[in-house]
Amino acid sequence: MGGKIFAVIVIVIALLSAVPIINHTFMGANVAPPEDISTHGASIDKQLDETMLEAGLSFLAAQLVLGFFVWQFGGRKDGAIKNFPGGAKYLVIAAVLLVGLEAIALGAIGTKAWATVYFQAPGADAMPIQVQAGQFAFYFRYPGPDGKFGQLHPEKIDEGNANYFGLDPENDVAARDDVTSGELVVPVNKEIHLLMHAKDVGHSFYVRELRIQQDFVPGLDLALHFTATKVGKYEIVCTQLCGLGHYNMKAYLSVMTQDDFDKWLKTQDQ
Amino acid sequence: MSEAAVHAHQAPTSFIRKHVFSLDHKVIGIQYYGLALVAVVTGMVLSWIMRIHLVWPNSPIPGVQWLSKIGAPGGVVTPEYYLSLMTMHGTLMVFFVLTNAPFAAFGNYFLPIQIGAEDMAFPRFNMMSFWTTFVAFCILVSAFFVGDGPPLSGWTAYAPLSAVGADSGPGEGVGQTLWGLSIFVFCIASLLGSLNFIATTLDLRTKGMTLARMPICTWAWFITSCISLLAFAVLMPACLLLVLDRVAGTSFFIPSGLNVSDHLQPHQGGSPLLWQHLFWFFGHPEVYIAILPAMGIVSHILIVNMRKPLLSHKVVVYCMMAIGFLSYMVWGHHMFLSGMNPFSAMVFSFPTLMITIPATIMTLIWLGSLYGSKLRINAASLFCLGFISMFVSGGVSGFFLAQPSIDIYLHATYFVVGHFHMVMGVAAIFGVFAGTYFWFPKMTGRMMNETLGRLHFWFTFIGTYCIFMPFHYLGLAGNVRRYSAFTDDFLVPLVPVHKFITYAALFTGAVQMIFIFNLIYSRFKGAKAEANPWECTSLEWSTPSSPPPFDNFGGQHPVVYHDPYQYGVKGSKGDYVMQTSPEKVAQAT
Amino acid sequence: MQASKPCIATLIAVLSPALLFGGTISGKVTYTGTPAKQKVIDMSKEPSCAKQHATPVMTEGVVTGPNNALANVVVYISAGGDDPNPPAQAVTFTQKGCQYGPHVLAMHTGQELDVVNADQTSHNIHPLAKVNREWNKSQPPGTPPLKDKWDQPEVIEVKCNIHPWMHGWFVVLKTNHYSVSGENGSFTLPNLPPGKYTITAWHEPDGKQTQDVTITGNETKTVDFSFALKPY
Repeated sequence: MGGKIFAVIVIVIALLSAVPIINHTFMGANVAPPEDISTHGASIDKQLDETMLEAGLSFLAAQLVLGFFVWQFGGRKDGAIKNFPGGAKYLVIAAVLLVGLEAIALGAIGTKAWATVYFQAPGADAMPIQVQAGQFAFYFRYPGPDGKFGQLHPEKIDEGNANYFGLDPENDVAARDDVTSGELVVPVNKEIHLLMHAKDVGHSFYVRELRIQQDFVPGLDLALHFTATKVGKYEIVCTQLCGLGHYNMKAYLSVMTQDDFDKWLKTQDQ
Repeated sequence: MSEAAVHAHQAPTSFIRKHVFSLDHKVIGIQYYGLALVAVVTGMVLSWIMRIHLVWPNSPIPGVQWLSKIGAPGGVVTPEYYLSLMTMHGTLMVFFVLTNAPFAAFGNYFLPIQIGAEDMAFPRFNMMSFWTTFVAFCILVSAFFVGDGPPLSGWTAYAPLSAVGADSGPGEGVGQTLWGLSIFVFCIASLLGSLNFIATTLDLRTKGMTLARMPICTWAWFITSCISLLAFAVLMPACLLLVLDRVAGTSFFIPSGLNVSDHLQPHQGGSPLLWQHLFWFFGHPEVYIAILPAMGIVSHILIVNMRKPLLSHKVVVYCMMAIGFLSYMVWGHHMFLSGMNPFSAMVFSFPTLMITIPATIMTLIWLGSLYGSKLRINAASLFCLGFISMFVSGGVSGFFLAQPSIDIYLHATYFVVGHFHMVMGVAAIFGVFAGTYFWFPKMTGRMMNETLGRLHFWFTFIGTYCIFMPFHYLGLAGNVRRYSAFTDDFLVPLVPVHKFITYAALFTGAVQMIFIFNLIYSRFKGAKAEANPWECTSLEWSTPSSPPPFDNFGGQHPVVYHDPYQYGVKGSKGDYVMQTSPEKVAQAT
Repeated sequence: MQASKPCIATLIAVLSPALLFGGTISGKVTYTGTPAKQKVIDMSKEPSCAKQHATPVMTEGVVTGPNNALANVVVYISAGGDDPNPPAQAVTFTQKGCQYGPHVLAMHTGQELDVVNADQTSHNIHPLAKVNREWNKSQPPGTPPLKDKWDQPEVIEVKCNIHPWMHGWFVVLKTNHYSVSGENGSFTLPNLPPGKYTITAWHEPDGKQTQDVTITGNETKTVDFSFALKPY
């Protein structure tokens, strides 16, 4: 009896588990990745879908076979012991071939998606914007009309007076026209070269809709590049545990038309 | 090796020698189990507080203010205290439960018996090993009572958050240093334990017990101890370096130019990534240290209940070795987005995907072996079946995370949390449950209550799926992990999912009381067990009593005649032949 | 003999009303030069606070008023007016709209400080004390006020880590004679018994200035302070 109950329960669980994957809803909430607004995200989404298909089918197959075998053979008292036809040999071959080939295929295809994010350098006319992550906010810096970023001086950081980056405009000419913002504002369809700087501890930059994520590592000059393809407001959240305010460490990404962006940049304090 | 070396130590007489500072591997095994039980209940209570806080972040949780007046003023858990609870939950569970219970507890108790030895090779090391673990536990728990509370950097303790000291905020005071010291001491204990397991397995097998004739769970413990030796040897100095950065002004993990909350840090020259490499070089093998013994225990118990051997034991053992070997090559898959050279992501992804192969082979062999069996359904075998189901579920989500491009989206989301909870928090624990129901009669001479055992299984199996399967959906929605509250625009709509999970977690947690009650009740009032209630062939069921005498075999040295897989054959006692029985068997190794 | 000091102080305090409330030092704090331009605070990361402000919120590093008045200057008796006893009344520091109110809070050593969170978000209060004990505590919304006190006189910068733009000051003094200038720059120190006093004016970017004043009876002495401000 116990065997039959187990079989039913495991099969029901397996099938119920698949439902939210297919209809993207659980407990009334939408549980799927949001719309992709990046130029590189399509290959990531495709990779995710293919993996979901293969993993999902493997999951269902294994749970169903488990349930079926336990139904058939659980609690069995009569009859002889039988062996699975072919014994272990064919199972080993099947595992090596199926999983091996699947893994290699997905690995190989995934390389391209990875490469567009990490191996390809940003284009020559990508717009440089610096982002500084520090407990517990992101601040962004635009180089201003001179196109140059002023130097950072950690000892000059004065958040109460909005000098989040530790700039020294008194002595550093390049710093005078730098624009600091609490929001990442970018023009649509323009490649952005995001220079990442960590002020204190480890943080991470994650925008779901852009399909990008990258840690900030104190002491390392890291960068990301992306192109946003849809106007709108999106959330940038920190995904590397950085202290008590980690849950509240976020900023908005505002993707605007080029005109709106130019207007916005002009209105910023320096 | 067929001669048993005699390692006789005197039978203990005093209470202290019998039950406290005992050299007997069986007592030590039970002590490890008891410590793991305390740790798991503590860790579970912490998780209840966490789950309640996540869904009702600004509401007081009655009683928590007595745990910490600063951390939970009026019972409302502060953001830092949530993270501290989370850190302690992870640390307790990974180290003091998942390394202790399947490996140290059951391994200590049964490895020597299963190979026909009187005790471990180094009984004094063994005793030291447990008590050192106990000291590590005390140091860790003391972090709850220091001024600034327990550390909040997670069980992973990434630098510089964990390394710069109190400047990085509340929760990074003395508690973090205590954490580093606790784990350092834990590593010493683990190294001693692993040395013991390896020496015992290689040198103390009784006459006739070739390596090939060892039961699968013995192999699993042996392979685990080999992995453990290398892994903990790396974590130990890493923790020391972390403590030095915190108290001695060194800069192993801290670069120059950091302004932490208006405090300029004097350190220079260190690398936060170095900590990650050292930690995960240990951390990945550690999760296999957690799962391999459970795989061995489940294999062992399934064979007994199926009344037939697995399709191939050699293949299963080779797969466990392959997993152990590959486990050292994949640590970077925790660091795909860490800022290390992106080319290395490809290098780490490949072996990570390849580990799927031995894991799949084992799963297919388990499934294939069920075919044509006469599977006995009892609490122990149900947990084994549950293990297979959970291992598949958890393993499948690993397949996503192994691919760097997908990891870009899923890293640091609840998808990861769901993955590792299913494999470690459920599957490995199911191995411990199975082992408990199975070996309880041998350890105590009594049976656990079967009805309560089955109830425990059904509720836990369904309950844990209800908790951890939705974690994957949250991950696909991009729900970030390690958040103490969900205030972001895209997270607020997901709170109903979290509510469902919290109710499931509280229910499943309550259900574990059935197990604890069963454990305690059966210890004193359980039905008396026969000598070999499961009709199992391995050596632990041939001891003269349950529990076995202090030297396991009552002065006799058992002789082994064949492998432990003689099931479904005509034996003098039934459809099996004990390893110690000289009866002729048709196909034996 | 130490017991007699509080006795004398009490005597004076009791008798001073009879002396028609004692002398007063009052005046104005002004500035010369160009004050640093205040910047708009970007509260976009905390929408529940951002929406509480109809007009842009500015940093408060230098707050000026009409006729070159300088606000947020703490003027206090630094010599001759020490009082060992803190008032029984607590001072309150409020977090509202993700800003500290007041920006500069003066108090006596040992006086109770109540920190109130009037916002819907958690804040953490992190006084960057160097002489006193530095602490850092979180305050979830709707929880009771945090209570603390300071043992040593010190000028302490306070910040919130969750909302990095939130900065304020605790000016912990040994005296109960202090006044924080408002937007008209004026301050007043009443109820002063006759004696020689040194008064100090503290302004956050510029530090302290002192002047000596003598009070003989019930007169009002006018003392002005002027700070030379720089644009950076």
